[in-house]
Amino acid sequence: MTAAIAPSASKPLELVCPAGNLPSLKTAVDHGADSVYIGFRDDTNARHFPGLNFDAKTAAQGVQYAHAKGRRVFVALNTFPQPSGWERWQRAVDQAAELGVNAVIAADISVLDYAHRRHPNLPLHLSVQGSATNYEAIRFYHEQFGIRRVVLPRVLSLPQVKHVLENSPVGIEIFGFGGLCIMVEGRCLLSSYVTGESPNMCGVCSPAKAVRWEETPRGLETRLGGLLIDRYTPGEPAGYPTLCKGRFEVADQTYYAIEEPTSLNTLELLPELQQMGIAAIKIEGRQRSPAYVTQVTKVWRAAIDACWRNPAAYTPKLEWQRELGKVSEGHQTTLGAYHRTWQ
Amino acid sequence: MTEQQPKLALGPVLYYWPKEKLLDFYGRISTAPVDIVYLGEMVCSKRRAFNTEEWLELAERLTAAGKEVVLSTMALLEAESELLTLRRLCENDRFTVEANDMGAVRLLSERKTPFVLGTGINVYSDRTLSLLAGLGAKRWVMPVELSRQTLASIQAGRPAGVETEVFVYGRLPLAYSARCFTARHHNLPKDDCQYRCLDYPEGLTLSTREGQAFLAINGIQTQSAQTCNLLPELAELQEVKVDVLRISPQAEGTETVIEAFAACLRGERDPVETARALNANLPHGACDGYWQGQPGLRQMVEVM
Repeated sequence: MTAAIAPSASKPLELVCPAGNLPSLKTAVDHGADSVYIGFRDDTNARHFPGLNFDAKTAAQGVQYAHAKGRRVFVALNTFPQPSGWERWQRAVDQAAELGVNAVIAADISVLDYAHRRHPNLPLHLSVQGSATNYEAIRFYHEQFGIRRVVLPRVLSLPQVKHVLENSPVGIEIFGFGGLCIMVEGRCLLSSYVTGESPNMCGVCSPAKAVRWEETPRGLETRLGGLLIDRYTPGEPAGYPTLCKGRFEVADQTYYAIEEPTSLNTLELLPELQQMGIAAIKIEGRQRSPAYVTQVTKVWRAAIDACWRNPAAYTPKLEWQRELGKVSEGHQTTLGAYHRTWQ
Repeated sequence: MTEQQPKLALGPVLYYWPKEKLLDFYGRISTAPVDIVYLGEMVCSKRRAFNTEEWLELAERLTAAGKEVVLSTMALLEAESELLTLRRLCENDRFTVEANDMGAVRLLSERKTPFVLGTGINVYSDRTLSLLAGLGAKRWVMPVELSRQTLASIQAGRPAGVETEVFVYGRLPLAYSARCFTARHHNLPKDDCQYRCLDYPEGLTLSTREGQAFLAINGIQTQSAQTCNLLPELAELQEVKVDVLRISPQAEGTETVIEAFAACLRGERDPVETARALNANLPHGACDGYWQGQPGLRQMVEVM
């Protein structure tokens, strides 16, 4: 199979927005998301946070709401079931099919296989948790399970994305905005090393129950599983102690040894992404508020439309960047791996 | 006790050691009591102490010395040049290959060659294992974050003829990134890293600001600072019918570790006593938390 995708875009980039609950789904649809992705209320998805996600009733309402307005709903079932929990994943796949969702986003081979055999008409997307960074891996999932799209890990540079796309049998979705995993998704065990729970096994990274905030004479300290992740001087903005975004000591230096608290923002790359033939742009943040979803969806809808109308004249508006900056981690953004120098 | 003793395997060297050190190391390994030797570069394609040809030559020498040799492949494949090397290894027709990416699984299953699933492949259940066995997997290395209890249930449904390997000794591979953390530490761009990994034969320790070491930087890979040592759990490993025990090479003392495991398997030494002696020399202590269903960095079994 060679490139099945035209070298330049035949339609605008699909905007895929996150929804952690029904109000978020509705506001995403209302403000121009082409597709919304959701998860069920258990460890079958990688945002298994208390109070978040959809039960059978809200999922049905969400699908109905989106479909009535001609938009699509994807369900993320992107964790790795262990033998004792298999029935939950099986049930989740069946439930997604019954809901009539437009795709299931999965990573584990047994989940993909079950969905493919049991529900042949249910489109499958390979989750970012599937760690497919090259076209041979994508071909594997396409040949074995008939996946129709792949979400690329946030580790490739733009030329690398282009090369994968040119050799991929399926459409490519990339992350455009939001929280930034510095590690290859699906291949990061840092969280379980410190807390016992990881995205792969439990659908959580740096879980809230392992977090402690403490005012001390040395400043505000944030801990994860007892380990000091960061310490803030008075007035310094404090962030959630995600394990990879702390200040640590290496040799004699104290610095953000792995990654700064920052968000991915690819607004300025839109013309290139469109020209390249990327199928969809994904916004991270199912754990974020409806206000975040509204803000980010609005900006990206406007940007994608502007870029589609006239890519040559496209430039990200200052106000868009300002709005996105407000909802970014540490109020700063990066082009991430898409820009080679970041690596 | 099981009818059959587990075999001992030496995992691939995960660090960047200069050619002389590698040659010297594998020269000693050729006479060490280890049954299986995994060879090759798994972490970074810029590390070129050996080229593919030289790895294959070394594989021949170790085979002649009576070792079962397996060629390990890269965990993070991005560039076309990396896929070229991968194809070359998958098509070698002489040695078994360890897949650490689904791209490798595809190439190997296409050739209908039996292969090994390395730590880079996510096998979290017997269902997944069975599907991959159907494509040609003959051995799998358990993801390091899984517990003894989970392994026991996977073993209960394990497909026939598939061997189970467990990472029992070494700094745990925990994550891979596009970013090189060693180059970042030196304020160097990844494209001009000046091969700084050569300066850190066991990686670069990362500690909290309270001085608590917990990770080790190894180029684009992040490892545990603590050394996983499941020697005290040897009886449990045998109980759940683990076929192969993997020792991951460390800069110093790897042969001592191999000897220790071999002596315990022969019943000549006590695992807990022996582990205590080994752990006394570790820079940041030992850990067995994952195996016991706890955070990975913990040491659950009392060995001190």
